[in-house]
Amino acid sequence: MATFHEISPNASAGAKTLNWIDNRFPLSKLFKEHMSEYYAPKNFNIWYIFGSLSLLVLVIQIVTGIFLVMHYKPDAALAFGSVEYIMRDVPWGWLIRYMHSTGASAFFVVVYLHMFRGLMYGSYRKPRELIWLFGCGIFLALMAEAFMGYLLPWGQMSYWGAQVIVNLFSAIPFIGPDLALLIRGDFVVGDATLNRFFSFHVIAVPLVLLGLVVAHIIALHEIGSNNPDGIEIKATKDANGIPLDGIPFHPYYSVHDVFAVSMFLFVFSAIVFFAPEMGGYFLEYNNFIPANPFQTPLHIAPVWYFTPFYTLLRAVTSEMMYVLIGCVLVGAVLAVAKIKMPSLFKAVIAGGALVVVAMMLAIDAKFWGVVAMGGGVVILFFLPWLDNSPVKSIRYRPTWHKVLYGAFVINFFIIGYLGTQPVSVIAGRISQFGTLFYFGFFLLMPWWSRLGTFKQVPSRVNFTAH
Amino acid sequence: MSETLAASGPIDPSKRTWLIASGCAGAVGGIAAAVPFVSSFQPSERAKAAGAAVEADISALQPGEKMTVEWRGKPVWIVRRTPEQLAALPQHNDQLADPLSQRKPTEQAPEYARKDEARSIKPEYLVVVGICTHLGCSPSDKFKTGPQPSLPDDWAGGFFCPCHGSTFDLAGRVFKNKPAPDNLEVPPHMYLSDTKLLIGDDKKA
Repeated sequence: MATFHEISPNASAGAKTLNWIDNRFPLSKLFKEHMSEYYAPKNFNIWYIFGSLSLLVLVIQIVTGIFLVMHYKPDAALAFGSVEYIMRDVPWGWLIRYMHSTGASAFFVVVYLHMFRGLMYGSYRKPRELIWLFGCGIFLALMAEAFMGYLLPWGQMSYWGAQVIVNLFSAIPFIGPDLALLIRGDFVVGDATLNRFFSFHVIAVPLVLLGLVVAHIIALHEIGSNNPDGIEIKATKDANGIPLDGIPFHPYYSVHDVFAVSMFLFVFSAIVFFAPEMGGYFLEYNNFIPANPFQTPLHIAPVWYFTPFYTLLRAVTSEMMYVLIGCVLVGAVLAVAKIKMPSLFKAVIAGGALVVVAMMLAIDAKFWGVVAMGGGVVILFFLPWLDNSPVKSIRYRPTWHKVLYGAFVINFFIIGYLGTQPVSVIAGRISQFGTLFYFGFFLLMPWWSRLGTFKQVPSRVNFTAH
Repeated sequence: MSETLAASGPIDPSKRTWLIASGCAGAVGGIAAAVPFVSSFQPSERAKAAGAAVEADISALQPGEKMTVEWRGKPVWIVRRTPEQLAALPQHNDQLADPLSQRKPTEQAPEYARKDEARSIKPEYLVVVGICTHLGCSPSDKFKTGPQPSLPDDWAGGFFCPCHGSTFDLAGRVFKNKPAPDNLEVPPHMYLSDTKLLIGDDKKA
């Protein structure tokens, strides 16, 4: 509780107003804590703009969304027509709608880059685990938001995409069919489903998303940003307690981010005006046909940002199950034989592995495909505890770690591409290999991240003035 | 926290017991209040009413033709099979995952549609829900026999699911090594007369 602060009667009107507010609401204090006296490392590179940019895209989505809701009708009989009405009859409606649809893809572009930045520089390492967990929560909420938003235009891809994904839940043993019924609110995807997805998309998930964004930023500002060198700048402070390698967020990074925002808006506007469908990747062609519950389009694929995870789902076939069972057995044998621990733990691991194998044999591959898809997202939450490397930043890791990260990115692109394609034998084999690599990268990380010769981490960040 | 507690004097255990008890009572109330909200996710009475049985007039259906009626928002196919198509059914039993409808029997078909390869009351008429048992796409008709794209060369007619490539024969039975685990579902149905089918109910005599 701050004491009441009196100001000189000769102060300017502005200063008096600010003093009046500050005595009632911590305006200056908040501004100082989060902007003008929030010290960020001075060696940020281009990878550090995507956090601000995702905040910008969030604002774009909320604002355009508010205006779209004014014209959209969440009714199976009217939804498709109302979207076309927005596109053709509402003044500038097409622009607002294209900003929203392009914004969805832009959101995933900046968030994927933001997450990869975290991966490269070890931004999730102690003490930033909670920042990362809140961030993964944001990613999950974003996926829910995108999935439910995609049903709203009520086109063929909206309808059948939702039908396929909701049916995934029915693969869960015992509770699955009832759970799918609860999600749909009807025996097939229908008006009830559209209405509740609308409710989730415009209010429930955005509220969760905003809460998580606030938590993400509060946690970040409590600990301070990581940087490309992975050095704690708070370890070296000057006489006033200010980090020697830190600069105030405002004005240095606020101005820097305004520049990044203008660059981003160049690209964003170019897409909105010249390629809003992005060759069928941002808006799929089949979605310009109204939903028809009696006819499935010949080729169903999710929007690009879900395709890597969709490939994980499709890669799990009954043949693949034998490979996965083999992986579980090898993992259990290695754990029992190589890791030093009490024999009770070993018995638990061996028993647990046998139970898992029995379940893998007993339950349909379809269910394990769902587990793989969910696991592909959930595994990200565990990254802070999977990475055992003695240094945070990729800069001080062995060269082959960089190669491995490169292979991970290439693999992510490949499984992403395969997720857009129809199934074929060769593509199936590649996606199975890609799936094993994806999970291997994370599950074996506790071991490989410790191997190799690490470079000496300097005590101060690398920075050349420009 | 613990320091402030210690400073504020000894702990009153009875106060603490009542605090815990009222906290638990509040939690129970909170859970009870959540029940109506979660229940509202269930299909509404109107949706359930739409699940009522529908009648289908099959008098105009010619041999080798298919008609579709809507039941619970799902497509229900009625196929009038030709004698050749019926004769072909038992011949590819070895290529099927579940030729005799034994997997999850009560879910996939009522008892009267599980007695033989034809999976129907009258062998001539096949009645199935046209929703793939994999992820709910609607398979397309592939009644033409013989080699054709994405189907085997000895194809005897059936259905092909465009989503993930599952194939079904003309009794809605799924072929082996396909993503779909089960045969197409046969809805409860009955004949009201020779040309009138009731789909969704089989109890009324």
